[in-house]
Amino acid sequence: MIAKRRNLLNAVLFISPWIIGLVVFTAYPLLSSLYYSFTDYNAISDPTFVGLDNYKQLLFDDNIFYKGLSNTLYMIFVGLSLQTVATIFIATLLNNRSIKGMSFFRVIFFLPTLVPLVILSILWIWILQPDTGIVNSFLGFFGLEGPGWFSSPTWSKPSFILMAIWGSGGMIIIYLAGLQGISDSLYEAAEIDGANSIQKFFRITLPMLKPVILYNVITGIIAMFQSFAEAFIITNGGPDGSTTFYSLYLYQNAFQYSKMGYASAMAWILLIISLVIMFLLFKLTKRWGYDG
Amino acid sequence: MDHIPLSHKKQIPAYSKFNNKRRKYIKTTLVYFLLILFSLMFIIPFLWLVFGSLKTSSELFSNPGIPKSFQWENYVTAFSEFPFFLYLKNTLFITIVNIIGAVLSNTLIAYGFARIEWKGRNTAFVIVMITMLLPFQVTMIPLFMLFQKFGWIGTFLPLTAPAFFGNPFFIFLLRQFFLGIPKELSEAAKLDGASEFRIYWNVILPLSKPIITTVIIFSFLHTWGDFIGPLVFLNDNSLYTLSLGIQQIMSVNDPRWPLLLAVGVSMTLPVLIIFFVMQKYFIQGIAQSGIKE
Repeated sequence: MIAKRRNLLNAVLFISPWIIGLVVFTAYPLLSSLYYSFTDYNAISDPTFVGLDNYKQLLFDDNIFYKGLSNTLYMIFVGLSLQTVATIFIATLLNNRSIKGMSFFRVIFFLPTLVPLVILSILWIWILQPDTGIVNSFLGFFGLEGPGWFSSPTWSKPSFILMAIWGSGGMIIIYLAGLQGISDSLYEAAEIDGANSIQKFFRITLPMLKPVILYNVITGIIAMFQSFAEAFIITNGGPDGSTTFYSLYLYQNAFQYSKMGYASAMAWILLIISLVIMFLLFKLTKRWGYDG
Repeated sequence: MDHIPLSHKKQIPAYSKFNNKRRKYIKTTLVYFLLILFSLMFIIPFLWLVFGSLKTSSELFSNPGIPKSFQWENYVTAFSEFPFFLYLKNTLFITIVNIIGAVLSNTLIAYGFARIEWKGRNTAFVIVMITMLLPFQVTMIPLFMLFQKFGWIGTFLPLTAPAFFGNPFFIFLLRQFFLGIPKELSEAAKLDGASEFRIYWNVILPLSKPIITTVIIFSFLHTWGDFIGPLVFLNDNSLYTLSLGIQQIMSVNDPRWPLLLAVGVSMTLPVLIIFFVMQKYFIQGIAQSGIKE
């Protein structure tokens, strides 16, 4: 009994920085942002309570809110899907036993993740420059006329997707580690049964990789919802609002239009949306598990 | 088709073996081809950044390839015209304090979660994991208000103080590692009368150098390139970090791009050096984050 109590006391001492941090930097801000979300607050005068007005205005009377939401959902459904397919494909190539120099290639794919976001943004402005950028020069070499990328409402989001794929070396490494953890005996058994490479990939590799995919998709969704710096630096939401992502609009409301209460309501809607997506994902992968 | 006599059928395995070898050869070649193709796509933008920093402004617009003559003086000009060393000093200060805070606080916290048994430990750890999923934007506004009340806006404190109060991802990484250290080591030390803090300091920490290195690297990477933190919390020119300083200069009309690119290369270089020296810890740390039990 005494030992138990002593353990608890020790544990509380050890984790006390976390407890303080949780209360001051997480729980308090979370609750006060809930409170702000029911107020009209410009950060200078005191907040005035307005009930559900912010939420009503967001949901029924703000086109930019829906634009931001759909832009971000596009990045999740189209961008993250492409990113997932591309990174699993590259990781599978790297995992090939007959390849020499795997660690060399792994370094190359990881290098872009080391470039700080601001530099990454400057770099991509130039790479996708409509007239003289490398991508359009390359397309021009084959007689193709490249699009305006960041300056075209149709191509601005795909430009951000390209950028995201270029910087997804971390995902590649995580998938590669997952692939390396799959036991050889599974593949050998399948070979004896006469399975070909494609069957092996869909019947063994993908199911075994499921927890890793779930991890990358969840962190990917959070990253997409938080993604802010690139759009803020490169397009500031344009052209035509095609890159006004959720986080960017939230930031603009808070710190450019001083609508703190309104932005807080957006923050809470973001929290609820991301919780719902996580919940659905866990449910969905559980169901896959039972199907085998 | 069915007329092949039995004796011929026996030869089929040998033939298919040859066929297999050939197929394997084609497959390997294809894999190499694709890997090299993708590698080029990943490496070319990188080279462009370095080449771009060595061009004249007019060449930057006209020539997407290798510079005709290397303008090394871009670097000299950039360092003298742009407050590079001031921003570097600020960035370094914030980064070092963050690393110290991250190592001190998270090793203690992870010890409490991994090496001491107490009621409610698992529930508390679930809370750690949930907070890991919390987007920064949700707490950003109240944090700004809070730091304003503390009188911290206009100082480095909003970007440094929170590091001393735990980070869910680091707690998770360290806890996994601490769980893998045999219990017997702690028990032996306890029999000798060592306190929990002594065990943490003398037994666990010395064994945890690899994972602590990983934490240092991640903390460095995250703080060094952070943009939204400095953007929201710093409002004084003289406190700007490299990221924020570069963005501010960039948003001016007609910035001198090659100089900005030179600053960009200079800001990326330390990260590259640390990566190449500590490659093992980078790769292991990232791989571990996705493979959890």
